[in-house]
Amino acid sequence: MTEAVSPVLRPFEAIGRRTIEIVESLGRFGTFLGVAVALLFTPPFKVRAFLGRIHYVGFNSLLIILLTGTFTGMVLGLQIYFTLSRFGSEAYLGPAVALSIIRELGPVLSALMVTGRAGSALTAEIGIMRITEQIDALTVMALNPMRYLVVPSLLAGLITFPMMTALFDVVGIFGGYLVGVQLLGLSEGTYFGEMKTFVDMKDVMTGFWKSVSFGVIVMWVATYKGFHVGHGAEGVARATTQSVVLASVLILVWDYFMGSVLP
Amino acid sequence: MIRVEGLTKSFGANHVLRGVDFEAPKGSITIIIGRSGGGKSVFLKHLIGLMRPDAGRVLIQDIDITRLSGRALEPVRRRYGVVFQSGALFDSITCYDNVAFPLRETTRLSRAEIRTRVEAALDQVELAGVGPKYPAEISGGMRKRVAIARALVSEPEIIFFDEPTTGLDPVLVNTIHRLIQSLHRKHHFTAVMVSHEIPEIFEIADRVAMLHDGRIVESGPPEAIKGSPNPVVQKFINGEPD
Repeated sequence: MTEAVSPVLRPFEAIGRRTIEIVESLGRFGTFLGVAVALLFTPPFKVRAFLGRIHYVGFNSLLIILLTGTFTGMVLGLQIYFTLSRFGSEAYLGPAVALSIIRELGPVLSALMVTGRAGSALTAEIGIMRITEQIDALTVMALNPMRYLVVPSLLAGLITFPMMTALFDVVGIFGGYLVGVQLLGLSEGTYFGEMKTFVDMKDVMTGFWKSVSFGVIVMWVATYKGFHVGHGAEGVARATTQSVVLASVLILVWDYFMGSVLP
Repeated sequence: MIRVEGLTKSFGANHVLRGVDFEAPKGSITIIIGRSGGGKSVFLKHLIGLMRPDAGRVLIQDIDITRLSGRALEPVRRRYGVVFQSGALFDSITCYDNVAFPLRETTRLSRAEIRTRVEAALDQVELAGVGPKYPAEISGGMRKRVAIARALVSEPEIIFFDEPTTGLDPVLVNTIHRLIQSLHRKHHFTAVMVSHEIPEIFEIADRVAMLHDGRIVESGPPEAIKGSPNPVVQKFINGEPD
Protein backbone atom coordinates (compact mmCIF):
# COMPACT_ATOMS: atom_id res chain seq x y z
CA MET A 1 0.00 0.00 0.00
CA THR A 2 1.23 3.47 -0.81
CA GLU A 3 1.20 5.97 2.03
CA ALA A 4 -1.01 9.01 1.71
CA VAL A 5 1.11 12.04 0.84
CA SER A 6 0.50 15.27 2.67
CA PRO A 7 -0.91 18.06 0.45
CA VAL A 8 2.24 20.13 1.06
CA LEU A 9 4.44 17.43 -0.44
CA ARG A 10 2.23 16.62 -3.41
CA PRO A 11 3.91 19.02 -5.86
CA PHE A 12 7.29 17.51 -4.96
CA GLU A 13 5.88 14.03 -5.43
CA ALA A 14 4.59 15.03 -8.87
CA ILE A 15 7.98 16.50 -9.82
CA GLY A 16 9.72 13.35 -8.59
CA ARG A 17 7.36 11.07 -10.50
CA ARG A 18 7.80 13.10 -13.68
CA THR A 19 11.59 13.05 -13.25
CA ILE A 20 11.59 9.27 -12.87
CA GLU A 21 9.42 8.96 -16.00
CA ILE A 22 11.81 11.15 -17.99
CA VAL A 23 14.87 9.23 -16.81
CA GLU A 24 13.16 5.92 -17.61
CA SER A 25 12.14 7.04 -21.10
CA LEU A 26 15.67 8.33 -21.77
CA GLY A 27 16.96 4.94 -20.67
CA ARG A 28 14.56 3.15 -23.04
CA PHE A 29 15.53 5.54 -25.84
CA GLY A 30 19.25 4.86 -25.31
CA THR A 31 18.79 1.11 -24.89
CA PHE A 32 16.79 1.03 -28.13
CA LEU A 33 19.75 2.45 -30.06
CA GLY A 34 22.18 0.18 -28.22
CA VAL A 35 20.20 -2.93 -29.19
CA ALA A 36 19.89 -1.75 -32.80
CA VAL A 37 23.64 -1.10 -33.06
CA ALA A 38 24.39 -4.54 -31.59
CA LEU A 39 22.06 -6.16 -34.14
CA LEU A 40 23.77 -4.18 -36.91
CA PHE A 41 26.83 -6.40 -36.51
CA THR A 42 25.15 -9.76 -35.95
CA PRO A 43 23.64 -12.01 -38.66
CA PRO A 44 21.20 -12.69 -40.21
CA PHE A 45 21.34 -9.46 -42.23
CA LYS A 46 18.12 -8.39 -43.92
CA VAL A 47 19.50 -7.22 -47.26
CA ARG A 48 16.13 -6.88 -49.01
CA ALA A 49 14.69 -4.82 -46.16
CA PHE A 50 17.83 -2.68 -46.22
CA LEU A 51 17.59 -2.05 -49.98
CA GLY A 52 13.92 -1.21 -49.54
CA ARG A 53 14.82 1.38 -46.92
CA ILE A 54 17.55 2.88 -49.13
CA HIS A 55 14.88 3.38 -51.77
CA TYR A 56 12.35 4.68 -49.24
CA VAL A 57 14.64 7.08 -47.40
CA GLY A 58 17.12 7.98 -50.13
CA PHE A 59 15.74 7.64 -53.63
CA ASN A 60 12.26 8.92 -52.74
CA SER A 61 13.80 12.03 -51.13
CA LEU A 62 15.88 12.99 -54.17
CA LEU A 63 13.44 15.49 -55.67
CA ILE A 64 12.97 17.43 -52.45
CA ILE A 65 16.75 17.50 -51.89
CA LEU A 66 17.33 18.80 -55.43
CA LEU A 67 14.69 21.50 -55.03
CA THR A 68 15.70 22.72 -51.58
CA GLY A 69 19.41 22.49 -52.41
CA THR A 70 19.08 24.58 -55.55
CA PHE A 71 16.95 27.27 -53.97
CA THR A 72 19.07 27.42 -50.82
CA GLY A 73 22.13 28.04 -53.01
CA MET A 74 20.27 30.67 -55.03
CA VAL A 75 19.10 32.52 -51.90
CA LEU A 76 22.62 32.40 -50.46
CA GLY A 77 24.09 33.61 -53.76
CA LEU A 78 21.73 36.57 -53.79
CA GLN A 79 22.05 37.58 -50.13
CA ILE A 80 25.79 37.05 -49.78
CA TYR A 81 26.47 38.87 -53.06
CA PHE A 82 24.68 42.00 -51.85
CA THR A 83 26.40 41.83 -48.46
CA LEU A 84 29.87 41.34 -50.00
CA SER A 85 29.30 44.06 -52.62
CA ARG A 86 29.06 46.63 -49.78
CA PHE A 87 32.69 45.86 -48.98
CA GLY A 88 33.75 45.33 -52.60
CA SER A 89 34.44 41.67 -51.87
CA GLU A 90 32.13 40.01 -54.40
CA ALA A 91 35.02 37.77 -55.44
CA TYR A 92 34.51 35.78 -52.25
CA LEU A 93 30.94 34.81 -53.17
CA GLY A 94 32.00 31.28 -54.29
CA PRO A 95 33.79 30.29 -51.06
CA ALA A 96 31.12 31.97 -48.90
CA VAL A 97 28.33 30.01 -50.57
CA ALA A 98 30.35 26.78 -50.64
CA LEU A 99 31.48 26.96 -47.00
CA SER A 100 27.98 27.83 -45.75
CA ILE A 101 26.49 24.91 -47.64
CA ILE A 102 29.20 22.29 -47.14
CA ARG A 103 29.81 22.89 -43.44
CA GLU A 104 26.36 23.81 -42.27
CA LEU A 105 23.33 24.13 -44.49
CA GLY A 106 23.85 21.00 -46.60
CA PRO A 107 23.85 18.49 -43.74
CA VAL A 108 21.29 20.37 -41.62
CA LEU A 109 18.72 21.23 -44.28
CA SER A 110 18.90 17.87 -46.04
CA ALA A 111 18.45 16.12 -42.66
CA LEU A 112 15.46 18.34 -41.85
CA MET A 113 13.94 17.67 -45.27
CA VAL A 114 14.36 13.90 -44.92
CA THR A 115 12.92 14.09 -41.39
CA GLY A 116 9.80 15.74 -42.76
CA ARG A 117 9.44 13.37 -45.67
CA ALA A 118 10.81 9.95 -44.74
CA GLY A 119 11.18 10.15 -40.94
CA SER A 120 7.52 10.98 -40.40
CA ALA A 121 6.39 8.30 -42.86
CA LEU A 122 8.63 5.73 -41.18
CA THR A 123 7.17 6.51 -37.75
CA ALA A 124 3.63 6.25 -39.12
CA GLU A 125 4.40 2.97 -40.92
CA ILE A 126 5.96 1.30 -37.88
CA GLY A 127 3.29 2.79 -35.61
CA ILE A 128 0.52 1.29 -37.75
CA MET A 129 2.37 -2.04 -37.71
CA ARG A 130 2.42 -1.81 -33.92
CA ILE A 131 -1.30 -1.04 -33.46
CA THR A 132 -2.37 -3.68 -36.02
CA GLU A 133 -0.29 -6.32 -34.19
CA GLN A 134 2.08 -6.85 -37.14
CA ILE A 135 5.08 -6.30 -34.85
CA ASP A 136 3.64 -8.82 -32.36
CA ALA A 137 3.19 -11.23 -35.29
CA LEU A 138 6.91 -10.95 -36.08
CA THR A 139 7.78 -11.52 -32.42
CA VAL A 140 5.66 -14.67 -32.05
CA MET A 141 7.20 -16.05 -35.25
CA ALA A 142 10.48 -16.03 -33.28
CA LEU A 143 11.73 -13.14 -35.43
CA ASN A 144 13.21 -10.02 -33.90
CA PRO A 145 11.20 -7.01 -35.18
CA MET A 146 14.16 -4.70 -34.48
CA ARG A 147 16.16 -6.65 -37.04
CA TYR A 148 13.47 -6.19 -39.69
CA LEU A 149 12.36 -2.63 -39.02
CA VAL A 150 15.03 -0.71 -37.13
CA VAL A 151 18.40 -2.06 -38.27
CA PRO A 152 17.74 -1.65 -42.05
CA SER A 153 16.45 1.90 -41.43
CA LEU A 154 19.46 2.82 -39.32
CA LEU A 155 21.87 1.46 -41.90
CA ALA A 156 19.98 3.19 -44.72
CA GLY A 157 20.22 6.46 -42.76
CA LEU A 158 23.98 6.02 -42.32
CA ILE A 159 24.46 5.55 -46.05
CA THR A 160 21.87 7.80 -47.65
CA PHE A 161 22.25 10.92 -45.49
CA PRO A 162 25.87 11.63 -46.56
CA MET A 163 24.92 10.93 -50.18
CA MET A 164 21.95 13.26 -50.04
CA THR A 165 24.04 15.88 -48.30
CA ALA A 166 26.65 15.61 -51.08
CA LEU A 167 23.91 16.08 -53.64
CA PHE A 168 22.50 19.04 -51.70
CA ASP A 169 25.99 20.59 -51.60
CA VAL A 170 26.52 20.21 -55.36
CA VAL A 171 23.16 21.62 -56.40
CA GLY A 172 23.40 24.33 -53.73
CA ILE A 173 26.75 25.53 -55.10
CA PHE A 174 25.24 25.36 -58.58
CA GLY A 175 22.29 27.48 -57.34
CA GLY A 176 24.77 30.09 -56.04
CA TYR A 177 26.52 29.96 -59.44
CA LEU A 178 23.22 30.56 -61.29
CA VAL A 179 22.52 33.71 -59.30
CA GLY A 180 26.08 35.00 -58.77
CA VAL A 181 27.50 34.29 -62.22
CA GLN A 182 24.56 34.00 -64.62
CA LEU A 183 22.29 36.63 -63.04
CA LEU A 184 24.57 39.11 -61.27
CA GLY A 185 27.53 38.90 -63.63
CA LEU A 186 30.36 37.60 -61.43
CA SER A 187 33.01 35.82 -63.48
CA GLU A 188 32.86 32.04 -63.53
CA GLY A 189 36.57 31.73 -62.87
CA THR A 190 36.33 33.92 -59.77
CA TYR A 191 33.33 32.00 -58.38
CA PHE A 192 34.98 28.59 -58.68
CA GLY A 193 38.63 29.68 -58.40
CA GLU A 194 38.25 31.31 -54.98
CA MET A 195 36.25 28.30 -53.84
CA LYS A 196 39.26 26.04 -54.50
CA THR A 197 41.45 28.36 -52.43
CA PHE A 198 39.22 28.54 -49.37
CA VAL A 199 37.42 25.21 -49.15
CA ASP A 200 39.50 22.43 -47.55
CA MET A 201 38.93 18.73 -47.22
CA LYS A 202 38.31 19.25 -43.49
CA ASP A 203 35.26 21.37 -44.38
CA VAL A 204 33.92 18.52 -46.50
CA MET A 205 34.62 16.05 -43.69
CA THR A 206 32.83 18.28 -41.18
CA GLY A 207 29.73 18.14 -43.36
CA PHE A 208 30.20 14.42 -43.85
CA TRP A 209 30.39 13.56 -40.13
CA LYS A 210 27.44 15.79 -39.41
CA SER A 211 25.34 14.06 -42.07
CA VAL A 212 26.30 10.60 -40.77
CA SER A 213 25.27 11.54 -37.23
CA PHE A 214 22.04 13.16 -38.46
CA GLY A 215 21.24 9.96 -40.34
CA VAL A 216 21.49 8.03 -37.08
CA ILE A 217 19.45 10.62 -35.15
CA VAL A 218 16.59 10.78 -37.66
CA MET A 219 16.26 7.01 -38.09
CA TRP A 220 16.69 6.36 -34.37
CA VAL A 221 13.95 8.83 -33.42
CA ALA A 222 11.61 7.77 -36.25
CA THR A 223 11.81 4.05 -35.47
CA TYR A 224 11.71 4.53 -31.69
CA LYS A 225 8.60 6.69 -31.88
CA GLY A 226 6.95 4.18 -34.22
CA PHE A 227 7.76 1.29 -31.90
CA HIS A 228 6.44 3.10 -28.83
CA VAL A 229 3.28 4.46 -30.34
CA GLY A 230 0.12 5.05 -28.25
CA HIS A 231 -3.31 3.68 -29.01
CA GLY A 232 -5.20 3.95 -32.28
CA ALA A 233 -5.00 6.52 -35.06
CA GLU A 234 -4.53 9.35 -32.56
CA GLY A 235 -1.53 7.58 -31.08
CA VAL A 236 0.06 7.21 -34.51
CA ALA A 237 -0.63 10.87 -35.33
CA ARG A 238 0.92 12.00 -32.04
CA ALA A 239 3.96 9.76 -32.47
CA THR A 240 4.51 11.08 -36.01
CA THR A 241 4.40 14.70 -34.85
CA GLN A 242 6.69 13.95 -31.90
CA SER A 243 9.08 12.17 -34.20
CA VAL A 244 9.44 15.15 -36.55
CA VAL A 245 9.70 17.69 -33.73
CA LEU A 246 12.18 15.68 -31.65
CA ALA A 247 14.37 14.76 -34.63
CA SER A 248 14.43 18.39 -35.84
CA VAL A 249 15.36 19.73 -32.41
CA LEU A 250 18.03 17.06 -31.92
CA ILE A 251 19.49 17.84 -35.36
CA LEU A 252 19.89 21.52 -34.50
CA VAL A 253 21.23 20.89 -30.99
CA TRP A 254 23.62 18.19 -32.17
CA ASP A 255 24.71 20.43 -35.06
CA TYR A 256 25.88 23.02 -32.57
CA PHE A 257 27.93 20.46 -30.61
CA MET A 258 29.39 18.96 -33.75
CA GLY A 259 30.20 22.42 -35.06
CA SER A 260 32.03 23.31 -31.88
CA VAL A 261 34.01 20.07 -31.75
CA LEU A 262 34.87 19.45 -35.39
CA PRO A 263 37.63 21.61 -36.99
CA MET B 1 0.03 -29.50 -22.89
CA ILE B 2 -0.17 -25.95 -21.65
CA ARG B 3 -0.36 -25.25 -17.93
CA VAL B 4 -0.66 -21.92 -16.16
CA GLU B 5 -0.14 -21.59 -12.43
CA GLY B 6 -1.07 -18.58 -10.31
CA LEU B 7 -0.68 -16.01 -13.06
CA THR B 8 -0.91 -12.45 -11.74
CA LYS B 9 -0.70 -9.20 -13.66
CA SER B 10 -1.49 -5.63 -12.67
CA PHE B 11 -1.24 -2.33 -14.50
CA GLY B 12 -0.85 0.18 -11.69
CA ALA B 13 -3.91 -0.20 -9.49
CA ASN B 14 -5.73 -2.25 -12.14
CA HIS B 15 -5.38 -5.93 -11.20
CA VAL B 16 -6.17 -7.68 -14.48
CA LEU B 17 -5.11 -11.23 -13.61
CA ARG B 18 -5.42 -12.32 -9.98
CA GLY B 19 -3.93 -15.78 -9.89
CA VAL B 20 -5.08 -17.62 -13.01
CA ASP B 21 -4.77 -21.41 -13.02
CA PHE B 22 -5.43 -22.98 -16.40
CA GLU B 23 -4.80 -26.13 -18.40
CA ALA B 24 -5.11 -26.94 -22.09
CA PRO B 25 -4.59 -30.67 -22.71
CA LYS B 26 -2.46 -31.76 -25.66
CA GLY B 27 -4.40 -32.11 -28.90
CA SER B 28 -7.56 -30.45 -27.57
CA ILE B 29 -9.45 -27.29 -28.48
CA THR B 30 -9.69 -25.18 -25.33
CA ILE B 31 -11.74 -22.02 -25.52
CA ILE B 32 -11.43 -19.16 -23.04
CA ILE B 33 -14.61 -17.16 -22.63
CA GLY B 34 -15.37 -14.11 -20.56
CA ARG B 35 -16.69 -10.58 -20.69
CA SER B 36 -14.99 -7.83 -22.65
CA GLY B 37 -12.31 -6.16 -20.60
CA GLY B 38 -12.08 -9.23 -18.39
CA GLY B 39 -8.41 -9.84 -19.17
CA LYS B 40 -8.71 -12.55 -21.85
CA SER B 41 -6.38 -10.82 -24.32
CA VAL B 42 -3.89 -9.99 -21.56
CA PHE B 43 -4.00 -13.64 -20.50
CA LEU B 44 -3.41 -14.79 -24.09
CA LYS B 45 -0.47 -12.39 -24.41
CA HIS B 46 1.10 -14.15 -21.43
CA LEU B 47 0.52 -17.54 -23.05
CA ILE B 48 2.33 -16.47 -26.23
CA GLY B 49 5.16 -14.76 -24.38
CA LEU B 50 4.32 -11.17 -25.34
CA MET B 51 3.83 -10.13 -21.72
CA ARG B 52 5.61 -10.99 -18.51
CA PRO B 53 3.54 -11.72 -15.41
CA ASP B 54 4.05 -10.15 -12.01
CA ALA B 55 3.89 -13.67 -10.56
CA GLY B 56 3.06 -17.20 -11.68
CA ARG B 57 4.21 -19.58 -14.39
CA VAL B 58 3.26 -20.41 -17.97
CA LEU B 59 4.40 -23.89 -18.90
CA ILE B 60 4.35 -24.87 -22.55
CA GLN B 61 5.19 -28.54 -22.71
CA ASP B 62 6.87 -28.25 -19.31
CA ILE B 63 9.01 -25.25 -20.31
CA ASP B 64 8.34 -22.20 -18.14
CA ILE B 65 8.32 -19.41 -20.72
CA THR B 66 8.08 -16.69 -18.07
CA ARG B 67 11.72 -17.40 -17.22
CA LEU B 68 12.87 -17.12 -20.82
CA SER B 69 13.55 -14.04 -22.91
CA GLY B 70 15.05 -13.06 -26.24
CA ARG B 71 16.77 -15.87 -28.09
CA ALA B 72 15.98 -18.44 -25.40
CA LEU B 73 12.28 -18.05 -26.23
CA GLU B 74 12.74 -18.64 -29.96
CA PRO B 75 12.75 -22.48 -29.92
CA VAL B 76 9.48 -22.43 -27.92
CA ARG B 77 7.93 -19.85 -30.24
CA ARG B 78 8.72 -22.01 -33.27
CA ARG B 79 6.43 -24.64 -31.76
CA TYR B 80 3.35 -22.47 -31.90
CA GLY B 81 1.43 -20.26 -34.28
CA VAL B 82 -0.81 -17.32 -33.44
CA VAL B 83 -3.90 -16.01 -35.21
CA PHE B 84 -4.36 -12.43 -34.04
CA GLN B 85 -7.70 -10.71 -33.64
CA SER B 86 -6.98 -8.35 -36.53
CA GLY B 87 -5.23 -11.05 -38.57
CA ALA B 88 -2.00 -9.02 -38.28
CA LEU B 89 -1.11 -9.71 -41.90
CA PHE B 90 1.81 -7.67 -43.23
CA ASP B 91 0.00 -5.16 -45.40
CA SER B 92 2.92 -4.29 -47.67
CA ILE B 93 3.26 -7.83 -49.08
CA THR B 94 0.85 -10.17 -50.84
CA CYS B 95 -1.19 -12.90 -49.16
CA TYR B 96 1.16 -15.50 -50.69
CA ASP B 97 4.20 -13.74 -49.24
CA ASN B 98 2.44 -13.42 -45.88
CA VAL B 99 1.93 -17.17 -45.69
CA ALA B 100 5.42 -17.87 -47.04
CA PHE B 101 7.04 -15.40 -44.62
CA PRO B 102 7.60 -17.71 -41.61
CA LEU B 103 8.96 -20.44 -43.88
CA ARG B 104 11.36 -18.09 -45.68
CA GLU B 105 12.60 -16.57 -42.45
CA THR B 106 12.82 -19.55 -40.12
CA THR B 107 13.53 -22.56 -42.35
CA ARG B 108 15.98 -23.57 -45.07
CA LEU B 109 13.29 -24.93 -47.38
CA SER B 110 13.78 -24.47 -51.13
CA ARG B 111 11.63 -22.06 -53.09
CA ALA B 112 9.72 -24.98 -54.63
CA GLU B 113 9.05 -26.58 -51.24
CA ILE B 114 7.84 -23.28 -49.86
CA ARG B 115 5.53 -22.84 -52.85
CA THR B 116 4.06 -26.32 -52.33
CA ARG B 117 3.42 -25.71 -48.63
CA VAL B 118 2.01 -22.22 -49.07
CA GLU B 119 -0.35 -23.34 -51.82
CA ALA B 120 -1.44 -26.30 -49.69
CA ALA B 121 -2.08 -24.01 -46.70
CA LEU B 122 -4.09 -21.55 -48.80
CA ASP B 123 -5.99 -24.45 -50.31
CA GLN B 124 -6.87 -25.79 -46.86
CA VAL B 125 -8.43 -22.48 -45.89
CA GLU B 126 -10.28 -22.47 -49.24
CA LEU B 127 -8.36 -19.51 -50.60
CA ALA B 128 -6.51 -21.00 -53.55
CA GLY B 129 -5.89 -18.18 -56.04
CA VAL B 130 -5.88 -15.40 -53.45
CA GLY B 131 -2.07 -15.49 -53.13
CA PRO B 132 -1.24 -12.57 -55.48
CA LYS B 133 -3.68 -10.20 -53.75
CA TYR B 134 -2.70 -7.78 -51.01
CA PRO B 135 -4.47 -8.00 -47.61
CA ALA B 136 -6.25 -4.68 -48.29
CA GLU B 137 -7.80 -6.17 -51.45
CA ILE B 138 -9.64 -9.02 -49.70
CA SER B 139 -12.55 -9.17 -47.25
CA GLY B 140 -12.25 -9.40 -43.46
CA GLY B 141 -13.24 -13.07 -43.45
CA MET B 142 -10.64 -13.88 -46.09
CA ARG B 143 -7.97 -12.02 -44.13
CA LYS B 144 -8.75 -14.16 -41.07
CA ARG B 145 -8.39 -17.29 -43.20
CA VAL B 146 -5.06 -16.10 -44.63
CA ALA B 147 -3.93 -15.50 -41.04
CA ILE B 148 -4.97 -19.08 -40.18
CA ALA B 149 -3.02 -20.34 -43.22
CA ARG B 150 0.04 -18.38 -42.05
CA ALA B 151 -0.22 -19.88 -38.55
CA LEU B 152 -0.72 -23.35 -40.01
CA VAL B 153 2.02 -23.35 -42.65
CA SER B 154 4.85 -24.00 -40.18
CA GLU B 155 2.96 -27.07 -38.90
CA PRO B 156 3.05 -25.92 -35.26
CA GLU B 157 2.14 -28.14 -32.33
CA ILE B 158 0.00 -25.39 -30.81
CA ILE B 159 -2.10 -22.63 -32.36
CA PHE B 160 -3.45 -19.71 -30.34
CA PHE B 161 -6.50 -17.90 -31.70
CA ASP B 162 -7.33 -14.43 -30.38
CA GLU B 163 -11.01 -13.87 -31.14
CA PRO B 164 -10.68 -15.15 -34.71
CA THR B 165 -14.32 -14.39 -35.58
CA THR B 166 -14.65 -10.85 -34.20
CA GLY B 167 -16.39 -8.56 -36.66
CA LEU B 168 -17.65 -11.34 -38.93
CA ASP B 169 -21.26 -12.13 -39.83
CA PRO B 170 -22.88 -15.29 -38.36
CA VAL B 171 -22.32 -17.29 -41.56
CA LEU B 172 -18.63 -16.45 -41.59
CA VAL B 173 -18.37 -17.16 -37.86
CA ASN B 174 -19.61 -20.70 -38.48
CA THR B 175 -17.37 -21.04 -41.55
CA ILE B 176 -14.28 -20.09 -39.54
CA HIS B 177 -15.25 -22.37 -36.65
CA ARG B 178 -15.80 -25.32 -38.98
CA LEU B 179 -12.51 -24.57 -40.69
CA ILE B 180 -10.65 -24.56 -37.36
CA GLN B 181 -12.38 -27.80 -36.39
CA SER B 182 -11.54 -29.57 -39.66
CA LEU B 183 -7.91 -28.33 -39.59
CA HIS B 184 -7.65 -29.50 -35.99
CA ARG B 185 -8.93 -32.97 -36.93
CA LYS B 186 -6.43 -33.14 -39.77
CA HIS B 187 -3.34 -31.74 -38.02
CA HIS B 188 -4.05 -32.62 -34.37
CA PHE B 189 -2.57 -29.40 -33.03
CA THR B 190 -3.42 -28.09 -29.56
CA ALA B 191 -5.70 -25.09 -29.96
CA VAL B 192 -6.30 -22.34 -27.41
CA MET B 193 -8.89 -19.83 -28.48
CA VAL B 194 -10.26 -16.68 -26.92
CA SER B 195 -13.83 -16.12 -28.09
CA HIS B 196 -17.13 -14.45 -27.33
CA GLU B 197 -19.16 -16.57 -29.70
CA ILE B 198 -21.76 -18.17 -27.47
CA PRO B 199 -23.28 -20.71 -28.16
CA GLU B 200 -21.29 -21.50 -31.35
CA ILE B 201 -18.05 -22.29 -29.50
CA PHE B 202 -19.72 -25.15 -27.63
CA GLU B 203 -19.89 -27.00 -30.97
CA ILE B 204 -16.14 -27.07 -31.48
CA ALA B 205 -14.61 -26.90 -27.98
CA ASP B 206 -13.24 -29.88 -26.09
CA ARG B 207 -12.86 -27.72 -23.02
CA VAL B 208 -14.14 -24.28 -22.07
CA ALA B 209 -12.68 -22.03 -19.37
CA MET B 210 -14.38 -18.88 -18.15
CA LEU B 211 -12.17 -15.98 -17.08
CA HIS B 212 -13.92 -13.54 -14.77
CA ASP B 213 -12.53 -10.90 -12.49
CA GLY B 214 -8.97 -12.02 -13.20
CA ARG B 215 -9.56 -15.69 -12.33
CA ILE B 216 -10.75 -18.84 -14.07
CA VAL B 217 -14.12 -19.30 -12.37
CA GLU B 218 -15.16 -22.44 -14.23
CA SER B 219 -13.55 -24.87 -16.63
CA GLY B 220 -14.44 -28.21 -18.12
CA PRO B 221 -16.17 -29.84 -21.10
CA PRO B 222 -18.82 -27.73 -22.88
CA GLU B 223 -21.70 -29.67 -21.30
CA ALA B 224 -20.33 -29.03 -17.82
CA ILE B 225 -20.05 -25.31 -18.53
CA LYS B 226 -23.56 -25.15 -19.95
CA GLY B 227 -24.89 -26.88 -16.85
CA SER B 228 -22.71 -24.98 -14.39
CA PRO B 229 -24.54 -23.80 -11.28
CA ASN B 230 -22.20 -20.78 -11.10
CA PRO B 231 -24.43 -17.70 -11.61
CA VAL B 232 -21.57 -15.75 -13.26
CA VAL B 233 -21.24 -18.46 -15.92
CA GLN B 234 -24.97 -18.75 -16.46
CA LYS B 235 -25.36 -15.00 -16.74
CA PHE B 236 -22.61 -14.83 -19.36
CA ILE B 237 -23.70 -17.75 -21.53
CA ASN B 238 -27.31 -16.59 -21.47
CA GLY B 239 -26.27 -13.02 -22.29
CA GLU B 240 -28.11 -11.54 -19.32
CA PRO B 241 -27.43 -7.83 -18.75
CA ASP B 242 -26.14 -6.57 -15.37
